[in-house]
Amino acid sequence: MTDPQTSLTTDSATLAEELFAPGVGAQAGPPTTPASDTGTAGAGPGSHSHGGPAPTGSPAERFTSADPDDFPVVTGREEQWRFTPMKRVRPLLEGADSDARLELTSDLPDGVELTTVGADDPLLKGLPEPVDRLAALTRVRAGGATVVRVPAEAQLDRPVTLSLRGTGSDEVVWGQTVVQVGNFAKATIVLDHAGSAKYSGGVTVLVGDGAQVELISVQEWEPGTAHGGQFDAVVGRDATFRQVVVTLGGDLVRLVSNVEYAGPGGTAELSGVYFADETQHQEHRLWVDHATPNCVSNVVYKGALQGEQAHTVWVGDVRIRPAATGTETYELNRNLVLTDGARADSVPNLEIETGEIVSAGHASATGRFDDEQLFYLCSRGIDAETARRLVVRGFFADVVQKIAVPELADRLMGTIEQRLGALPGLEEQDVEAGELQPA
Amino acid sequence: MSETTGSVLEIRGLHVTVGEGDETKEILRGVDLTIRSGETHAIMGPNGSGKSTLAYSIAGHPKYTITGGTVTLDGEDVLAMTVDERARAGLFLAMQYPVEVPGVSVSNFLRTAATAVTGQAPKLRTWVKDMRTEMEALEMDAAFAERNVNEGFSGGEKKRHEILQMGLLKPKMAILDETDSGLDVDALRVVSEGVNRAKANSSVGVLLITHYTRILRYIEPDFVHVFVAGRVVEEGGKELADKLEAEGYAAYLKADADAAAVASA
Repeated sequence: MTDPQTSLTTDSATLAEELFAPGVGAQAGPPTTPASDTGTAGAGPGSHSHGGPAPTGSPAERFTSADPDDFPVVTGREEQWRFTPMKRVRPLLEGADSDARLELTSDLPDGVELTTVGADDPLLKGLPEPVDRLAALTRVRAGGATVVRVPAEAQLDRPVTLSLRGTGSDEVVWGQTVVQVGNFAKATIVLDHAGSAKYSGGVTVLVGDGAQVELISVQEWEPGTAHGGQFDAVVGRDATFRQVVVTLGGDLVRLVSNVEYAGPGGTAELSGVYFADETQHQEHRLWVDHATPNCVSNVVYKGALQGEQAHTVWVGDVRIRPAATGTETYELNRNLVLTDGARADSVPNLEIETGEIVSAGHASATGRFDDEQLFYLCSRGIDAETARRLVVRGFFADVVQKIAVPELADRLMGTIEQRLGALPGLEEQDVEAGELQPA
Repeated sequence: MSETTGSVLEIRGLHVTVGEGDETKEILRGVDLTIRSGETHAIMGPNGSGKSTLAYSIAGHPKYTITGGTVTLDGEDVLAMTVDERARAGLFLAMQYPVEVPGVSVSNFLRTAATAVTGQAPKLRTWVKDMRTEMEALEMDAAFAERNVNEGFSGGEKKRHEILQMGLLKPKMAILDETDSGLDVDALRVVSEGVNRAKANSSVGVLLITHYTRILRYIEPDFVHVFVAGRVVEEGGKELADKLEAEGYAAYLKADADAAAVASA
């Protein structure tokens, strides 16, 4: 079912005591081994599973480490990497030291603090660990971190915006960002990526108890860009975390988004929109780890593809551990293929280890916008470009509407519609020149 | 577009093939038809005779290749137009198998189509009223407007939706491709009444393609054309439909050995 990182069978025992239990410990202990997650986060009643379902030794257990060398060198055959074009991600995986940076422009509402901390800062020790070699390299190479602090009970009058612009350097840019939102605060943070770069960035959002945080990450990169990233959210008690990922540009974008709950009653809504054009590779991997009771997760990712070798990958993992009673979770991925030659991979995984949940479900579907649909709309007088716009706008609308910044939502929809205009009309696709002439 | 009088759709010597290279197959082999405003023509024929090909060729489906002949609407060359231009010129095709369009609501679709066909966005107030009136007449629930186009529609719902479009878009010429197929008696009555309403409210010319005579009890044709092996083999008034009802297509098929080959393919 889930990421069977079959080469990693060591380290589980030693790491099991880590502060952040989710994902800790290697996978695939034999079924007779007590579950490695017992007695960790969540403090649920009696994590031992006597009488309950036997520990599965599930491969859903994920290995994490801050040390890149704890991960084997990536070959491209691993479950986590099998979809990723190695040639494009290689410059990042080589892990060369670099001082290159993205140009940062920030817009900070009153009360919001933007600082940097060094590699030794205690803040960084407590973050969820990297889940793959690239993320671990990123953590090490970035050195310190850029930190955004929103004080407790703050109500921001506008979004925090960090515009990150690639300068076109061939040197890899390593980045680490930590967003720390105090208890009961309400904040929207926009990470707006543009320009051209080889970039690998970690982003951790620490959501205080009762806080409401929306993180919007826009990837509107220019061609030539490779962007790898790991997002982690630690959702406080009764807090709500919303993440909207919008990937439109770049040759390679591979983003891993993880969610864990620091206490009961948390909600995570992870949404995504992606639009892959010719030869673009866009990969979004999600991991929601329910280890505490009464938390909610809701995942909706929608993608459109057009052009030869446009490739998107969506992998959505949700794990409900034995302690996570009262969990409510749903994940959905839909893909709309607009032309031949594009490929959408969609892999939902749901691992349920307790029966005492509210609901759990997933759905995945990939559909085509084909010539028959185009013909149908055109036969009602609608020109081909308007027809495509109608379909794609309708398809993306529910996710784009979740973006709490209207002008940003409009801008992104505008970008999408502009790219639709490049496609040929119905007659230009199938009918050869001259064949309408009388014989 | 509603107050057009004296429109005429002329089909002359129309030859159409499907497929490419060695797979090329001639479906229409010289079709001649003239349809004027206000007239209703029934095209009847056995399966595989090319009735639907005629409908789709006029509408401009890219699957079909016109190898000869002409189609004009009021003297304008229809074959030179794109699919959407044909619709804007006043042609409408009610499809036998309407296509599902995910992500697009019926109301959004209809409004976009009406805007395209009339050249301007319809006034919201009158538009909503018109739509509601048409839908009620077709016994369609109001919630229908918020569903995605044809997605999960029953056979009857799809056909009602086609006729709803005909009523709202007010074409000069409407081609109804086996609109009666797959309908139970109630749905057939509702859909037929919708067509008759459109005829009463405008001067639309109707080309009614059907396999069965059943729908002709509800929609009275002025002319009946028997279509076999890619062309019209007999023409007459509505009494011809009664003859077909009694005798079927056997006599026509026997008369044309070629036709039999095409029809069974």
